[in-house]
Amino acid sequence: MDLKTVLKVLEGKVISLPPGLSPAADLDLYELEFSYGGAADLMSDVLAFARPDSLLLTGLTHPQVVRTAEMAGILAIVFVRGKHPPPETAALAAEVGIPLLGTRYKMYEACGRLYAAGLPGTGFPDLYSLPVGMGK
Amino acid sequence: MTDHTTVEVSKLQELVYELRIEDVMKREVVTVTPQASMREFKELLRLKRISGAPVVEGDKLVGIISLEDLIKALEDGQMDNLVGSKMTSGVETLFSDDSAVQAVNRMARFGYGRFPVVDRSGKLVGILTRGDILRGLLRRLEVNYREEEIQRYRASHIFQDIVSDRTSLILRYRVRGKDFRQGGAASSKIKRAIERLGGGPPIARRVGVAAYEAEMNLVIHTDQGGEMEVEIQPDRVYILAEDQGPGISNIEQALQPGFSTAPEWIREMGFGAGMGLLNIKHCTDGMKLDSKLGVGTRLEMWFHIPPPESAPKQKEDLL
Repeated sequence: MDLKTVLKVLEGKVISLPPGLSPAADLDLYELEFSYGGAADLMSDVLAFARPDSLLLTGLTHPQVVRTAEMAGILAIVFVRGKHPPPETAALAAEVGIPLLGTRYKMYEACGRLYAAGLPGTGFPDLYSLPVGMGK
Repeated sequence: MTDHTTVEVSKLQELVYELRIEDVMKREVVTVTPQASMREFKELLRLKRISGAPVVEGDKLVGIISLEDLIKALEDGQMDNLVGSKMTSGVETLFSDDSAVQAVNRMARFGYGRFPVVDRSGKLVGILTRGDILRGLLRRLEVNYREEEIQRYRASHIFQDIVSDRTSLILRYRVRGKDFRQGGAASSKIKRAIERLGGGPPIARRVGVAAYEAEMNLVIHTDQGGEMEVEIQPDRVYILAEDQGPGISNIEQALQPGFSTAPEWIREMGFGAGMGLLNIKHCTDGMKLDSKLGVGTRLEMWFHIPPPESAPKQKEDLL
């Protein structure tokens, strides 16, 4: 799913862009393509389970969210519930080249809308075997 | 704004301001003298396929004459009149040592698409159009881009260029304890170094995530912070994260999923869920954790980079 569709589905907006993705070059921005979606307020989970080329939805706005995304190969971050990140978060996002987006939907509904619109998740976590009887 | 972006932006700005008019102008200018007749001027336009020309007396620019002036002369039956009487004098010019940016500004202000270029003594040395500026900028950007590519190429071939029986690149980072804001800065640089050395996204990601987990452990659990040392070889990456912090009382327990001693404020930030060491284990090809209560902790991590022959399809995985 491309970024343009994400914004449409979430009735979202762009909060900040990396320098290379100025509004003048918005074509590149809107063509940013996500293979998966993921949502968490637990950064440890993001680090453990996120797949590269995915979109992260979160309610946390501190700079470490951007660091986490950078390390995990996440392409863009959506802040849910109309949350707005502090300047240091936007500055770090610009530095590492990650667009920040925002939606007024709460986490559950934001995820539901994206999933229904065709942005898949990544299935069961592959970090460790789940207890017997829980699938896999 | 950070060092990195500042450098990027100023590089481009520099480029635009650095570009001199004399670097991009056309030097062969078709000129006409004030003593030529309008009929001769007409022939010049036809032969050279141009739509106007600067009027030059000796070396000095004295005016400019255009197709429009010719049409007027034709209508008025004044084709035998001299160019000097029909030209526009008091021409707007550009100096050859002006920057391209100044030229663009003047073009916008006067609405002309073409400017004669003179040197500081008033001698005509060239002519400049919008197209010339654009071509010059593109050419310069291309050169810059190529230089950048060469730098990248050099970095990724450091292991071929520098010959020894066993070459390593060692990077050292100091991580401050309890400095949550700066946490991850070292890992970010480590990840970028791997990428710059030619490591593809999968290996860079594995190293980045493991280094970040280790770095956050230093930030969260120690007061004095610690050191991270990264040794990069063509076929492997080794990272040592070491601190003289409080130490771990029970390593078995620390490795259990969900076990955490992180304080509440760290958990509120979404960290300290007791999965870090497990995730490190998952991302690395080997890890070793040594710790002594009250003395400190040593975490070693290894990553193999498969040789090119054994994994020809996973080129992006290679350093």
